Amino acid sequence: MTVNGLLQIAIFLTVVGLLAKPLGNYIALVYDAKISGLSRLERLIYRICGVHAEEEMSWRTYASAVIVFSVAGFAVVFLLQLFQGFLPLNPQGFKGVSFDSSFNTAVSFVTNTNWQGYGGEATMSYLTQMMGLCVQNFLSAATGMAIMVALIRGFTRRNSKTIGNFWLDITHTILYILLPLSILLAIALVSQGVIQNFNAYRSVPLMQPLTYNDSSITQQVLPGGPAASQVAIKQLGTNGGGFFNTNSAHPYENPTPLSNFLELLAIILIPASLCYTFGSMVGDKRQGRTLLAAMLIIFIPLLMFCYYSEMQDIGSAGNMEGKEARFGVVNSALWATATAATSNGSVDSMHDSFTPLGGLVPLLLIQLGEVVFGGVGSGIYGILAFAIVTVFVSGLMIGRTPEYLGKKIEAFEMQMATLVILIPCSVVLVGTAIAVATDSGTAGVANPGAHGFSEILYAFSSTANNNGSAFGGLSVNTPFYNTILGVSMLIGRFGVIIPILMMAGALADKKHVPVSSGTLPTHGLLFILFLTSMIIIVGGLTFFPALTLGPIAEHLKSIK
Amino acid sequence: MIRTSITILIVFTIITGLIYPLAITGIVQLLFPFQANGSIIVKNGQAVGSALIGQPFSEPKYFWGRPSATTPYPYNASLSSGSNLRKNIKVADIPVDLMTASGSGLDPHISPAAAKYQVQRVAKSIGIDESKVYALVDTYTQQRQLGVLGEPVVNVLKLNLALIEEEKNRIKK
Repeated sequence: MTVNGLLQIAIFLTVVGLLAKPLGNYIALVYDAKISGLSRLERLIYRICGVHAEEEMSWRTYASAVIVFSVAGFAVVFLLQLFQGFLPLNPQGFKGVSFDSSFNTAVSFVTNTNWQGYGGEATMSYLTQMMGLCVQNFLSAATGMAIMVALIRGFTRRNSKTIGNFWLDITHTILYILLPLSILLAIALVSQGVIQNFNAYRSVPLMQPLTYNDSSITQQVLPGGPAASQVAIKQLGTNGGGFFNTNSAHPYENPTPLSNFLELLAIILIPASLCYTFGSMVGDKRQGRTLLAAMLIIFIPLLMFCYYSEMQDIGSAGNMEGKEARFGVVNSALWATATAATSNGSVDSMHDSFTPLGGLVPLLLIQLGEVVFGGVGSGIYGILAFAIVTVFVSGLMIGRTPEYLGKKIEAFEMQMATLVILIPCSVVLVGTAIAVATDSGTAGVANPGAHGFSEILYAFSSTANNNGSAFGGLSVNTPFYNTILGVSMLIGRFGVIIPILMMAGALADKKHVPVSSGTLPTHGLLFILFLTSMIIIVGGLTFFPALTLGPIAEHLKSIK
Repeated sequence: MIRTSITILIVFTIITGLIYPLAITGIVQLLFPFQANGSIIVKNGQAVGSALIGQPFSEPKYFWGRPSATTPYPYNASLSSGSNLRKNIKVADIPVDLMTASGSGLDPHISPAAAKYQVQRVAKSIGIDESKVYALVDTYTQQRQLGVLGEPVVNVLKLNLALIEEEKNRIKK
């Protein structure tokens, strides 16, 4: 590790710390409907769409709206891909995408996973990218944040049958949060060299022609496209789906150390801010700081461990396989940790080429259930499920009634919280087991043995937890993987959202329990430690055996 | 509900999928046309490559960039790709970035150490003074951005273009 490397990490964390609080408080104002600069546009949208702004939804209506809206979004992305060959803005003349790959990608972008079995610059027309994928970058992120707000309302409302209005929540999220930030970031990124055009791919001469298969290659074909506008929301909305095949390692998607810094900041900015939003909305800022502290206690040591592991190769520059020279090891390790922690899933280096222990870090962070920052919205509702389990377990240990934020935690809430935690875990383990036990599952493995196992485990961890990053090295654009990973993403998203909304409905309906001497405080050091231990114990116990067969076995083999 | 879902989807497809990317394109084509169109280097009215996309070099008279794992041939800019291999490097005296494939397969840069490592070969091959080539490498070394971000790098294509200029000037003299 170098002094400059540690300095870059310190600067990054400081800037996140400085921006998270004001942004978090602003977002709380947005959801309390105190920001109304675009109220005329809002009213126009509601009138066109037949939304009644004063109408409140029960959890059932809210969940149905989420599902119907997601299905409609899926259909658009699916059809755009199938028929892109007949549609405009396709200067390369790309043909329609295959049926199974279209299914996989549509699911992937609607569930905020953004897993990619295809290479963007060789597959997708500009129209598919902007009107299909870019749109879902906004909508799936807004959906996650809306569900978080619905759950928070469950805590703040008393004896209420409703948890808000989904249409208002996503409209506010897009107009007041995601769109303004994306516009700023997109312009800043272009200033660094991220492309934004509708030109056809352009040929330039190679300075030194190349011989391939006895023929001389004299030209290099440079891709084009509206990349910056999509990269901005891909980072801000914890989406992560690259415009190009190699995502933010591609110089047209992430050209300079400054663009890298801004994209990194955008990965973690909203998830970190939402801790403050939560504290502000429940009327007790300590509650938000507690969640943030628990996240940082897991995040910082894993980040340092990843950086340290990647520097252990021979040569003072560390392990540079799969990494870009302008970023170096420190920015690659920082990105890998941040993208895994937040469920973003974009990459600026290839995780498959990390050292076994360096690559273990992103894998582990994903398996912890995407609650260390986590996706926009989904990180908060995920860690709240852990907080509820923590309150319950610690309440049992010391004989106090389990309460959280003034609501009594009873059997139903526990059942839902447990489902939220266990559903993605089961999908990862069952999915990996199916893949390693079938020929079509093992057919795509490029590096057999422990490393190949890690590749499969990573694919299921990434999809079931809606992260979307890939270890690479596994050929996933096959009917088998497109289908099974698509199903894994669907269960990982909606298998969590539905219990969360059921819980929100149940909590909203409860009366408020005043704080008494029997209440376990859910802020402060003791609770932070309880919560962190709960996250690590659940994640650790669930995945330790699988990790032993993958990265740990590989590491032990390499030191013999 | 189905009607609302579909109309909301249409409205936001227009806002985030059409107006937003088109507006950004309009703004940046005015503010940053060079960057927005791919940072194309133009010499004597001819496009000679992109400042951001590396090219393959293997002749001794040129500086070489990093190994590239794109298929079917290296530095194929129409399909970026990393190696996805785990490499155990045993030799310590060659700069590590010259032995490892980049993440994108299109990395336009090498480290200053990797450039200096090649000076002797390049100078000998084109027959100019080593000190001149060292000076060129220094000129084309980009320090960390804002003094702290990223790593110092040398743009291989720009360095090779400057090398050709240098050679032309020498022949003229």
